[in-house]
Amino acid sequence: MKTDPRAVKTGVYYIDGDVAAGLGALAAGCTFIGGYPITPSTEAAEAFARVAPSAGAMFIQMEDELGSIASIIGAAWAGVKSMTITSGPGYSLMMENIGLGAMLETPFVLLNIQRAGPSTGVPTKTGQADMMQSRWGSHGDYELIAIAPDSPQEMFDYTIKAFNLAERYRCPVMIMSDECVGHMTEKVVIPRAEEIEIEPRRFYTGLPDEYLPFKPDADLVPKMVKAGDGYNLYITGLIHDERGYPVKNEEFKSAYVRRLVDKIRLNKDKIIEIKEEGISGAEVIVVSYGISSRVAVRGIERAREKGIKVGNLRLVTVWPFPDEKICELAKTIKAFVVPEINYGQIVYEVDRCSHGKANVVLVPHGGSGVHNPDDIFDAIVYAAKQEGKIEGVVEYKTKLEKSIFGGGNKLKK
Amino acid sequence: METLISSKVQEAHPEDPSKIGCVHPMEDVLRMDRIPHIWCPGCGIGLAVTAFSAALERANIDLDKMSIVSGIGCTGRVAGYVKLDSFHTTHGRAIAFATGIKVANPKIKVVVFSGDGDLIAIGGNHFIHAARRNIDMLVICVNNFIYAMTGGQVAPTTPLAAYATTCPFGCVEPPFNIPYIADSSGAVYVARWTTLHIRRLSNSIVEALNKKGFSVIEVISPCAQYYSRINRLGDGLDMMKFYHNNSEIRHGEDTKNLDIGFQKKIIVGKFVDRERPTYTERYNEWLSELKGAKDEPG
Repeated sequence: MKTDPRAVKTGVYYIDGDVAAGLGALAAGCTFIGGYPITPSTEAAEAFARVAPSAGAMFIQMEDELGSIASIIGAAWAGVKSMTITSGPGYSLMMENIGLGAMLETPFVLLNIQRAGPSTGVPTKTGQADMMQSRWGSHGDYELIAIAPDSPQEMFDYTIKAFNLAERYRCPVMIMSDECVGHMTEKVVIPRAEEIEIEPRRFYTGLPDEYLPFKPDADLVPKMVKAGDGYNLYITGLIHDERGYPVKNEEFKSAYVRRLVDKIRLNKDKIIEIKEEGISGAEVIVVSYGISSRVAVRGIERAREKGIKVGNLRLVTVWPFPDEKICELAKTIKAFVVPEINYGQIVYEVDRCSHGKANVVLVPHGGSGVHNPDDIFDAIVYAAKQEGKIEGVVEYKTKLEKSIFGGGNKLKK
Repeated sequence: METLISSKVQEAHPEDPSKIGCVHPMEDVLRMDRIPHIWCPGCGIGLAVTAFSAALERANIDLDKMSIVSGIGCTGRVAGYVKLDSFHTTHGRAIAFATGIKVANPKIKVVVFSGDGDLIAIGGNHFIHAARRNIDMLVICVNNFIYAMTGGQVAPTTPLAAYATTCPFGCVEPPFNIPYIADSSGAVYVARWTTLHIRRLSNSIVEALNKKGFSVIEVISPCAQYYSRINRLGDGLDMMKFYHNNSEIRHGEDTKNLDIGFQKKIIVGKFVDRERPTYTERYNEWLSELKGAKDEPG
């Protein structure tokens, strides 16, 4: 299905990632944002709010983040594509209703422009420390999809993709961007509406009496209806059967939650997008995402100049995690190097999937800035030199950490 | 009570009046496959639902275009027993969720049916802001003075000196006066009834359903299992007798004067009925005036 031409500001722009995401949401057919935008995500909301009236969309500034996410779930059930926009503290406040969204199998998109935490942290500077929160932040078992764009162009493109995935799998989709990508200004090409493919909502069209809101199709995703169409929906955050009615017994609980996780896990191959370059024959592979993948490129180039065979694996989709891919690669290489702006989150997923077959080196960063590419280069050189298997994740000591904590050039484990 | 029983039931069995009673008089608007409900004997929530169901049959509203949203708690279960588009959401977020439904599709008539803890404590912020925006919805707040689902903890509506499990020596916090909050935040219709005033309550619901804007009806309800037991007030019927002897109808009373003390007089009636443009009306008005808006990015 093609998108609404009114919502597409076709042209070539020089805009930042936040604005690109706001315009991407419009192009994706999003007509409702309930938001309580906070630094550094505000520009996305502003861009959306400015264009929304002419595109038949609306932005409502809710009273807090709890209300924002509740309102977009309500709006989704009223039949529209919806999104909210936030960062660190607001993201934490939204956790409960992310679980509600997963439980009600509600399609919506959440844009998190990650900032340096914990707590208020450094609101205007970058971080990548919400990655595990995006996977496990709400209580209980559930699966969702998270994407990490690395440029303003991708903020536009992947916001559209996020909406498409949300509709396809009836689940919340997180855009786990960061302050650097959000505030980075680059060329963004917005194509014509007829070139933008959007996933329509999978509406049920049969008789109201026969409709079961949680009866899945073969791909484990149920069809949806909207409020106001005479279906007498019953939608509850309690564990429910196919009618939506609450049930308490173990069998139902297991069957329902199993499907919630399986609809993502079993469709993983269709969901996951990774970008790889120079993988074949590599001895070290750098695994990165978001802004860190932009910085890693320079470190990889330098290592290649030194004759080290380095592959570049970029996680565009972070959740679900590409387990099999990492597992296969681990058998053929010496080590993974994982730069991320935190003290170890995705690196442990890489380590988990390596099953001890390859060394795993973390290049950490405390936030408020990005890595020095020299650190990524040094970590690659170190990883390429190691002959034996080192148990666990090796934490590479960066220049910044050395300057703060001293300790010479020794590697810290 | 006769007027509450659907004429459909009599029509269905004109020849055999004894069959009246075999059919639930409100089965058109209740999810009969979910009955029996979870509420305790003596609880007033069922009466509030009865009043609401009766109002639905009389309000002349397309029920297919009506959504009911509840939060969490005893009253939070109401959405699940009413045959509308029912949403049982998260604790405190019913009004925000309902705001999303209403703003995304203004054609849907939205009712929020939840408890005092859900709407006034954890959801208090959404309550005042939806009133300020004048989102077109009816909020029915069943106030039983206590957190009942979790076993009788003190609530922001518990009267001073009343006992609860988490204030075993008496409540020391003054309670909220719900009509006053609603009034001062901008609600266009504010009423309070007890579950004894079921016909007046039902009439009030009909009136509010046909009113545009943020309407609030507080329903004082017995919690026989917790509030009454902890405070030794007897069972549900004793509470109804108390309401009978101690409530006073004062339409148009200044909402400032509606505080509720422990076992003191309860003033009921319709206190506010005024006109204000709703959120959607203002938005559409603004939209129609909007010409050549700045719509370029950057």
